[in-house]
Amino acid sequence: TLRLVCTTTAVQRKNVGASGPEKYTEAFIKKQIEEFNLGKRHLANMMGEDPETFTQEDIDRAIAYLFPSGLFDKQARPVMKHPTEIFPEQRKIQWGEDGRPFHFLFYTGKQSYYSLMHETYEKLLNVQKHQDQLIAQDLPLQKEKRNLAGSRWLTKIELEEMLLEKVSDDDYSRFIQLLEKLVALPCADIEEKYIQKFSKEVPVQLQKVVIEPLQHDERGVAFSTGEGKRKTARATAVVYDNGTGKITVNGIDILHYFPVLQDREQLLFPFQFLGRIGKHDMVCTVSGGGRSAQAGAIRLASAKALRSFVTEKEVELMRQAGLLTVDPRVKERKKPGQEGPRRKFTWKKR
Amino acid sequence: GERGTGKTMTLCHVVHYCSRQGWLVLHIPDAHLWVKNCKELFQSSYNKDRLDQPLQASVWLKNFKTSNEHFLQEIKTQKKYTWGKRESTEEGRPLREVVEQGLARVRSASDAVGVVLRELKQQSHRGSFRLLVAVDGVNALWGRTSLSKEDKSPVSPEELTLVHNLRKMVMNDWNGGAIVTTLSQTGSLFKPSSAYTPQELLGKEGFDALDPFVPIPVPNYSPKEFESCYGYYLERRWLQHEKAHTEDGKAELQFLSGSNPRQLDRLAGPL
Repeated sequence: TLRLVCTTTAVQRKNVGASGPEKYTEAFIKKQIEEFNLGKRHLANMMGEDPETFTQEDIDRAIAYLFPSGLFDKQARPVMKHPTEIFPEQRKIQWGEDGRPFHFLFYTGKQSYYSLMHETYEKLLNVQKHQDQLIAQDLPLQKEKRNLAGSRWLTKIELEEMLLEKVSDDDYSRFIQLLEKLVALPCADIEEKYIQKFSKEVPVQLQKVVIEPLQHDERGVAFSTGEGKRKTARATAVVYDNGTGKITVNGIDILHYFPVLQDREQLLFPFQFLGRIGKHDMVCTVSGGGRSAQAGAIRLASAKALRSFVTEKEVELMRQAGLLTVDPRVKERKKPGQEGPRRKFTWKKR
Repeated sequence: GERGTGKTMTLCHVVHYCSRQGWLVLHIPDAHLWVKNCKELFQSSYNKDRLDQPLQASVWLKNFKTSNEHFLQEIKTQKKYTWGKRESTEEGRPLREVVEQGLARVRSASDAVGVVLRELKQQSHRGSFRLLVAVDGVNALWGRTSLSKEDKSPVSPEELTLVHNLRKMVMNDWNGGAIVTTLSQTGSLFKPSSAYTPQELLGKEGFDALDPFVPIPVPNYSPKEFESCYGYYLERRWLQHEKAHTEDGKAELQFLSGSNPRQLDRLAGPL
């Protein structure tokens, strides 16, 4: 699905650590850890495996086996993890017995945030000093560009997790500005290690779609296959070269299988777009869905098959025309309390 | 042939050719009209078992009269026919009178049709004229009907005078002319829509009745035919759309219509 799931368990609760007295004492957590380890060994014993080399993956598998659940939400199913992962990190009490706080910035309210800012600024000054030294010595400034494209800064939520206290939008933006400023300086490589704490690798998203080469039939005719789907219909198409433009669906000619003009237009579209109407033959199989869904599925399948016959630029054009994307529209679920997915029951005043 | 491939059109071509040559044309536009959706059914006076259809008979007689005027003057009856208590037609009177009699007296229109057919059959031996029997939708004569009698029992085609007489015409026992028929699935009753061969549509009875016949399959357009049809549309300036004049447009039309004449016609209609 395309819905973003961005919250973590830690922040789903209101305020991470700074809300009032601790909910879980240290002793409690220690006890939980002991219980967890013991339970782990018991579980290993039950499953017949070695307690010493029982990893978290094994635990997950064992739990999924012993407590099968059909719930859709993975987070609602029974889970056995180390207590540090389950119980969110709590801030310990920030002041001693005499009431005196440990940290010198305690009375600012956002002690960890301000301490972080101070630290970062210190690094900045360090770098500037180093730079001045290098200029004084007339040495060339090192310029190794960091890989900006492959990394991103921590998000606000991740920062909150790290600092265990709430960070407002303004504060967050200020922090990021400071980091950017630091990175912009030429000699920032010195503090590389510090900066890496706040940057994350962005996984390379460009997946090159592999275009399959043409296969050859017994008679020497080049052909290629493609698959497509739409709603509930699944189709596979085999496009042959050197043809007359005949198309067969499930062994039946398209005139008989699709009596409606609209469906035949859908089939025509990929060929028309590439200007190869009378050049290819096609044999397809399709199942499921309705009349329109089957037509859409075959269209997608034939477009995918035609990629092998065509140059890369044309493939790009096809992609932009929307011939190669799977149509994500499916039938929406009916909700309780309503007659259909959107339609409500007839409203009666009394 | 399948639906929309031009069977009726070829029949019309044949009819036109023969009428140009001077034959007497007996053309029935659609035999299916006679076996379904009939409002009035009367018991035949001539033969108690059969049922008459005055409406369709009168329509057909009118068309027959307008198409073969001069023939009707020439041909004379060979027998005496009595229509009712008072009217009768003497021997040797022109057939035209029989037709007019049928039109005037709607009740006996089907009998008039029967008389006409019988006369034509007998006289075609002589060779003074050549008779062409062109029936469209001949499979209607041997299938089932959608009509029913007053007590709601179904009617078989033999019980209809028109059908009975027509069957005699289509039989192979006269000479001096030709019979050209087409099978049509579109009007046929109680037959699956994928059936288009003679055997399926005619049934065993019909197939035996039409026994020595030459089946002519009518397929979709071949590429040459398609080009000529497309050229015709262009010449007549029927295709007004700019894209239709291009090669691409032609290929598109060919693809979308699947070289089926009816589909092509429907596609080119709004263009």
